[in-house]
Amino acid sequence: MSADRTRDLQVVGHSVRKVDSLGLACGQELYVADYATPDTLVGYVVPSPYAHARIKRIDATRARAIAGVHAVLTHEDIPRIAHTTAGQGYVEPSPYDNFVLDSKVRFVGDRVALIAAETLEIAEEAGKALDIEWEMLDPIFDPDHAMDEGAPIIHDEPEAHMPIPVPYDPKRNMAAGANMGDGDIEQALRTSPKVYSRDFSTQYAQHCPIEPHVTLGYLDARNRVVLITSTQVPFHARRITAQAVGIPVKRVRVIKPRIGGGFGAKQEVLLEPLVASLVLATGRKILMQLSRAEEFLSRTRHAIKVGIDGGFNEDGTINGLRMRVQSNTGAYGAHALTVMCNCGSKVLPLYRMKAVAFDAKAVYTNLPVGGAYRGYGATQAAFAMECFLDEVAEDLHLDPIEIRRRNHILPGEGSPVFAALGEGKPGVEQKIGSSGLAECLTLGAKAIGWEEKRSKPGTGTLRRGIGMCALMQGSAIPEIDLGAVHIKMNDDGSFNLTCGATDLGTGSDTILAQIAAEVLGVDETEVLVYSSDTDLTPFDVGAYASSTTYLSGEASRRAALAVAEQIREIASEMMESHPDPATLVLKDKAVVAPDGSRVTLGEVGLRSLYQANQRQVAATGSAISHKSPPPFSAHFVEVTVDIQTGQVRVVKYVAAVDCGTAINPKLAEGQVEGSVLNGISYALTEEYQFDDKGRMRNTGFNDYKIFGTQDTPEIQTILVPTWEETGPYGAKSVSEICINGALPAISNAIYDAVGVRLREGPFTPDRVLAAIRQKA
Amino acid sequence: MRISTRINGVARQFDCQPGDTLFDVLRRMGLRGVKEGCDREGTCGACTVLLDGKAVLSCITPAPKVAGREVLTIEGLGDVASPHPIQVAFADAGAVQCGYCSPGMILSTKSLLDRTLVPTQEQIAEALSGNLCRCTGYVKIFDAVRDAAAALQQEKKDNER
Repeated sequence: MSADRTRDLQVVGHSVRKVDSLGLACGQELYVADYATPDTLVGYVVPSPYAHARIKRIDATRARAIAGVHAVLTHEDIPRIAHTTAGQGYVEPSPYDNFVLDSKVRFVGDRVALIAAETLEIAEEAGKALDIEWEMLDPIFDPDHAMDEGAPIIHDEPEAHMPIPVPYDPKRNMAAGANMGDGDIEQALRTSPKVYSRDFSTQYAQHCPIEPHVTLGYLDARNRVVLITSTQVPFHARRITAQAVGIPVKRVRVIKPRIGGGFGAKQEVLLEPLVASLVLATGRKILMQLSRAEEFLSRTRHAIKVGIDGGFNEDGTINGLRMRVQSNTGAYGAHALTVMCNCGSKVLPLYRMKAVAFDAKAVYTNLPVGGAYRGYGATQAAFAMECFLDEVAEDLHLDPIEIRRRNHILPGEGSPVFAALGEGKPGVEQKIGSSGLAECLTLGAKAIGWEEKRSKPGTGTLRRGIGMCALMQGSAIPEIDLGAVHIKMNDDGSFNLTCGATDLGTGSDTILAQIAAEVLGVDETEVLVYSSDTDLTPFDVGAYASSTTYLSGEASRRAALAVAEQIREIASEMMESHPDPATLVLKDKAVVAPDGSRVTLGEVGLRSLYQANQRQVAATGSAISHKSPPPFSAHFVEVTVDIQTGQVRVVKYVAAVDCGTAINPKLAEGQVEGSVLNGISYALTEEYQFDDKGRMRNTGFNDYKIFGTQDTPEIQTILVPTWEETGPYGAKSVSEICINGALPAISNAIYDAVGVRLREGPFTPDRVLAAIRQKA
Repeated sequence: MRISTRINGVARQFDCQPGDTLFDVLRRMGLRGVKEGCDREGTCGACTVLLDGKAVLSCITPAPKVAGREVLTIEGLGDVASPHPIQVAFADAGAVQCGYCSPGMILSTKSLLDRTLVPTQEQIAEALSGNLCRCTGYVKIFDAVRDAAAALQQEKKDNER
């Protein structure tokens, strides 16, 4: 069906060149730091040396006296306004437990003071010159004991509260709680012929965009605060900055230039309120950029423990599943609730079951702060679920692919989880409209050589194994996220497309241009895209929740449809026979009537602006979604395990992905490949190491290894086209899903190779070797 | 200290203060294609430039070291009006996502392809091993290097004709 509907498309479905790629390859496109001028001051955050302490007294007199220091702000100098840094829609489903500056620090690296100075060296010197009397507080690092009676209370301030009605109990270090159920889980577990229970845990990790967080701010000639910032969420950044520093939204303008990667880290309004505070204090232009070491302490992937209890029949069909989640959100609760809920909502609905239960808590600790990270909870829970199913399959003597086939959700089916579990409130019921998962399983198995290679580990030092997993994600947050696109026509028949959608390297500018171009009958090069500037572009929630192609893409289609309608009316006026506009077709940069009459878009543009019945041809399209259609994927991996060293190497990785229609197949593949390698790197090497004071010890690329060219295995992407009826030209999302596969697929492959189950990441040589020795 | 060098084919002089790296000097000259991603410890590769044709990390190269030598930055390789075949190959292969690592990647590629136009996969991976990318998984970057090598071979053949 999909092939029939995409066959005649001229621009959509074609791998056109990404619109900004040549400018980027030539070093001409500009990032935030490139906008700095010689008079720009350095903004600096004085980091806390302690994990948990109160500032009893702070005196900045000496710091302020240092030559080259323009401002030193402490918590006594600025308004104290509780807010969340989570860049989410209003009202944010994250606790208001954050202040621009506070009289308390809650993790090593937390903010003590803000400084504006001529150079970074001067700023650091001023930071050291602060005279601070500390009251040391007991820290709590172990999430298992964070909610114990008598544990230190991390958020004892009276302002900490949850702005929406969900369980929140800071006096017990509980940042969020969620429970849902459908059917009788206790009975399902009691009466099933086969019952299993397993526990898994995932580790802290960082997104590591090669460009760390960076914000440039200044006051413009109308006394407004302008922030040029590396953000995924310009409109949320404007709203939250205004709130956090106590100025009206209209006084803030946020501009997003090119962004050096985000992966969720920049769905956080971290530096913008700090820079705004320093701009307001000094009236000067301020550039604040995090060092790599500071970036590791900005936001992280939540370390989550996931337990699964499942009742099965002998044939492998699922009677009931209970997922138990404990998320460590660190010192602040940004995204704590929603990441935790995603553990259930993006994993459990993949399978049919009669009863389901989800029981989750997020706890505060005095460690770095969790946040949004590509995969957003699904990464952590898919690890648990997909390893769990592998273990069940083995016990039931079923092929791992077969147990998925017997249980996975099919088109036309719904899941009670969709309706029960939303963003801090009930979710939205939906039935699956499109799924290529069955074909993903078939094609992926073939590409890895499942039948030939499975269960043949060999006998040498290097054992081989094959593993697999199945995945789903979502496309946008239903009934919440809004994307809007504005298109206007120029006098040569070209178009300006402005959008709040935030291209952070993903290629969304190109995707939106392709969709509009398809409607308007032109090449994508005729559509000039500009994103994002809160003064100039329409609203969009930004780049998160796998929403841009699906949602902003639909907004682009709607805007283009409205513009096309206006063009057809003008063209009809111009044609001698005045044909019914509805009969006119836009193609090849012209409007064509059934009788062969033809006017070019350039002629339409000139007439509309200069010649007759003049008006601006333009329209805005808005899209919200009533469902969140899941993309589906099956991942297969071949590994070798060195039984003497414990070293695991990925030999080949296959990702078969159903993202609906790939608007730009090459860019879609790029999303798959990037997320796959990030997933592999997370599975094999990436983790935070802390000392006993809560200090992260490995804050650089020498000690925190991310994969480079020489670590990269063969990665094969198989796009499996389907047609999602509710998406633009049949498209669903693609950006997040494929980061979720490596942990489970590799763990399952390690078992195939050496017969040990790794239920805790990452699979470092130490851990693998210990598991092998324990088994022996 | 006043240093004389050649940058992107043009004789340049600059003043440098103690501790200045080549990265600092290039940014001060307005050459913004060099990027910073690792606290100047030479672990990300985003600041890569060519010094006498060899890829070096400008963030750990002392500025005086370039005296009397030839520096090539991404701006000297080509621009959107007249791009170098490697830049075109990166754009066309889908090797550029966020683009922050691209100037460094492309200059490391240039250094490799100046040595051989038939690089093996191992040589490509080795030549780019100091350049981290978090977006692409390197797959399309490898494609781009091979495409660029093919384009340069063709260019060489055409020139010899």
